[in-house]
Amino acid sequence: MRKGAPVTGYDSMIRLSWRFLRVWLRDFDSFRKYIVVNLLGNLGDPVLYLLAMGIGLGRFLGEMQGLSYIQFLAPGIIASAGMFAASYECTYMTFLKMFHLKTYDAIIVTPVNIEDVVAGDIAWGASKALFSGALMFAAVTAFGLVHSWWALLILPIVLLVGFHFASLGMLVTTMSRSFDYFSYYFELVITPIFFFSGIFFPLDDFPLWVRGIANCSPLTHAVTLCRALILGRKPPHTWLSVAIIALPSIVLFYTSIYRMKKRLIK
Amino acid sequence: MGNAVSARGLLKKFGDAVAVDGIDFDVREGECFGIIGPNGAGKTTTMKMIYCATPRTSGELSVLGRDPGDCPEEIKKDLGVIPQENTLDTDFDVITNLLIHARYFGIPRDRARACAGELLEFIQLSEREKSPVDDLSSGMRRRLLIARGLMNDPRLLILDEPTVGLDPQARHLIWDKLRMLRKASVTLLLTTHYMEEAAELCDRVAVMDRGRILAIGPPGELIRTHIGEEVLELVLSSEDQERIPGDVQHHPARMEITSQKCLLYCEDCRSLVTHLTERGYRNIHRRPATLEDVFLTLTGRDLVE
Repeated sequence: MRKGAPVTGYDSMIRLSWRFLRVWLRDFDSFRKYIVVNLLGNLGDPVLYLLAMGIGLGRFLGEMQGLSYIQFLAPGIIASAGMFAASYECTYMTFLKMFHLKTYDAIIVTPVNIEDVVAGDIAWGASKALFSGALMFAAVTAFGLVHSWWALLILPIVLLVGFHFASLGMLVTTMSRSFDYFSYYFELVITPIFFFSGIFFPLDDFPLWVRGIANCSPLTHAVTLCRALILGRKPPHTWLSVAIIALPSIVLFYTSIYRMKKRLIK
Repeated sequence: MGNAVSARGLLKKFGDAVAVDGIDFDVREGECFGIIGPNGAGKTTTMKMIYCATPRTSGELSVLGRDPGDCPEEIKKDLGVIPQENTLDTDFDVITNLLIHARYFGIPRDRARACAGELLEFIQLSEREKSPVDDLSSGMRRRLLIARGLMNDPRLLILDEPTVGLDPQARHLIWDKLRMLRKASVTLLLTTHYMEEAAELCDRVAVMDRGRILAIGPPGELIRTHIGEEVLELVLSSEDQERIPGDVQHHPARMEITSQKCLLYCEDCRSLVTHLTERGYRNIHRRPATLEDVFLTLTGRDLVE
């Protein structure tokens, strides 16, 4: 028998089913149980950014792109809240469930296959992003920074951002050996994306190559979309921006499922 | 009656390491079948192939009439798997663990509730319904894992080391429950390295070592075939150790000498005892042969690491 003899049937393919919803429901049940912690945890950081930077720092800054600094800042904070929530959920939380709590082991002996488990967790990560984004949206509305009903379209954008970063986080989790790995991921990938996606300062005046790099980041596009929508303006390249967020996520989604299956089903 | 599990030439490799080396066995419907063997014998890997958690490298495998490579969901629908590790969901209390598990099977909420209530009674945990699972003792957790594995009313219940790490009371309680299940004609497949457990529970056992099945059959039959009825254990001084082979050579007994002891496997030990006592041996202990003797004879006494 040669090494790595071909596996047949189920084992060599990805077979998703609607059973992923049962995994989503499990995560939702757990979320509901700790709702207060979840509320505080999700609002804390972004509101702090809004207060400290928007109001604090904003006093010393003039207008940015014709907007008050807090008005400039707020839409990006909503989008990034989605990114952080999804990233956290599909790295630390997934890793915890996978290796330490053995939740995955318990599920894959039921009719729910590993593909469904991973898809369910990614869907949950995206939902969590929507939840965080919606909370921030409510806070931003309370600050009086929402000027149009078009702003409600920010929510599906945040869901897309969530799906993107949930899938990316899951892919990182398939390669990770310990929690330390995620610190690197957050420090070297997520934080730079956070600071260089045009949330805190406009990218227009930077050299072309800087803008080029920034435009590869899905968050840059999400921020541009949200900033226009919150004011009721038409975003510059709506569908291109949506595509830059959504299309890579589909690749990331399937790759992470494939890799997780290879890792767990030996 | 058909076979719940049927394996022919079942082989599993991890890279170049052979974990399960082309084994053949059947688990009949309604029986309790045990796989015994030292750590690393390939027991858990065999189980994992059966409950569709790892694909086989080659060979044939049929579980409840289906191939795990084709339709794992269809097979898993009728399996109850009780893992060795605690895989209870620590985010939830006792009853919610059962209900969430039932949801993975698509069991309607009402039926799941009724079923969970009955099973908690069965495993004697009804009063702990609302306890967080972290508050349970290890014996209670194992019982809850069994209840969880029964939520979907499985045709085949797979247990990996069901009583490892439990105190004797907890172990006997679990044995009672498993016997009750067998009476209700649930097919049971278990691994264990407690010989007593295998002898207590199993209709048939397979002795496994280094990926192979060395013997297979009802415990009593294995003992008679491989050992005989009785065993004599002698504690020997060093000079006794040298003279004993000569003293027993005319008796139809198989002898095994370890560092401290001499074991004699014989059909009727009475005459041998008389003979040895006459020859001046002391500390002769006569006992019935057990599955442990079979196990140690077949797998060797060397520590496997």
